[in-house]
Amino acid sequence: MINILKLAKPKTAIAITNKLRNACLVSAIVCGITALTWGALFAPPDYLQGDAVRIIYLHVPSASLATTLYVAMTICAIAFIIVRLPIFAMLAQAIAPIGLLYTALCLITGSIWGKLSWGAWWVWDARLTSMLVLFFIYLGYFALNNAFTQRAKAHIATSVLIVVGAIDIPIVKFSVDWWYSLHQPASLIRSGGTSIHPDILHPLLLALTGATLFAAWATFTAFENINLGIQVQRKIKQTH
Amino acid sequence: MKITTRKITTRMARRIVALVMLITLLVAGITLILSALRQNIVFFLVPSDIVAAHITDTTSAASEHTDKNARKKYIGRRVRIGGLVVEGSLEQDKDSGEVQFIISDGKAQVSVRYLGLLPDLFREGQGIVAIGEIIPPPTSATTSSTKSHGELVEFRAEQVLAKHDEYYMPRGLEKELKKKNLWQGNP
Repeated sequence: MINILKLAKPKTAIAITNKLRNACLVSAIVCGITALTWGALFAPPDYLQGDAVRIIYLHVPSASLATTLYVAMTICAIAFIIVRLPIFAMLAQAIAPIGLLYTALCLITGSIWGKLSWGAWWVWDARLTSMLVLFFIYLGYFALNNAFTQRAKAHIATSVLIVVGAIDIPIVKFSVDWWYSLHQPASLIRSGGTSIHPDILHPLLLALTGATLFAAWATFTAFENINLGIQVQRKIKQTH
Repeated sequence: MKITTRKITTRMARRIVALVMLITLLVAGITLILSALRQNIVFFLVPSDIVAAHITDTTSAASEHTDKNARKKYIGRRVRIGGLVVEGSLEQDKDSGEVQFIISDGKAQVSVRYLGLLPDLFREGQGIVAIGEIIPPPTSATTSSTKSHGELVEFRAEQVLAKHDEYYMPRGLEKELKKKNLWQGNP
């Protein structure tokens, strides 16, 4: 077990991801453009909301990735706390910016959708509030990560923060079931199957695939950058 | 210095125990906080909540159990109430433009008055959330000049938000589904 983990070196990871990276970006662009064109021009308007429903093709993928990427960060943080291999903390660090981006996108598109369907840009509903908390947790991660000069200390502190912040994820997911809220209950992943008609569901799933591939590309790229940064620091120390 | 595999595994086991303890305590703590704050987290009250706290002294059976403080609990406070707009209850005053409709949660009903623009999604049968205040019931001496819906609790809304459900489908399809009795969403 421990010997296997010793193989988990940034160099090996980069060698693998480098082969996938460009393919991820190209397919993300293809999926994204196809899904958004499909959603904007060819998918049918909703029976109740009309054309306003088209925001779903941006809002749902960004919301589901904002939370899924945080779960991925939590797994990395737990792995780091247990085995203390820097690669896990570096991975979490690579995921964080794209998670923050999707959270912001989710809040912005959600706000527009809210204005169009509910009649308000923002309400202090449990789902909206817990999503805003997630946004602040992501920001808190960056603040804490930049507060340390020693990487080893930053890794431990941020990993603990990520694990503590993970409590918000089930609250985001189940807020619409636990409390009366203005936000409607889950429609994609719910007991009894999806409540979205196939004509709307198919472009949505394609948009979700595109957003996921983009997140993969961004994570791989950020990871390589973080590793380069560490090597540069190491070189500077050696020369001094 | 040579660190044996065994030492590493014991260290890892200790960290796992610490993590499990941290997570358990966190979950327990947050669960307690959230359940204690339940009243503040719900985005809206349902008509039953309002009516239960609003039973008048004239209803003899309930009066013994009615806490006077509970009755006053929602009066004069900004509250949000949510429910389905009862079919056929929407009326508009031609002079003032004020709309009046009844919302229901299946058990109780509240009459809502509102002056302003209704959201696009607002229609009879649709779920809505009204933000405003309960109109204090008129005392027996004064007679209400405005038309009221019997003995319903009256609510003056400052803002009306439309709620929609989790069903998304192409326009026109819901009529076909309703014909075939396969409709699962809002009535």
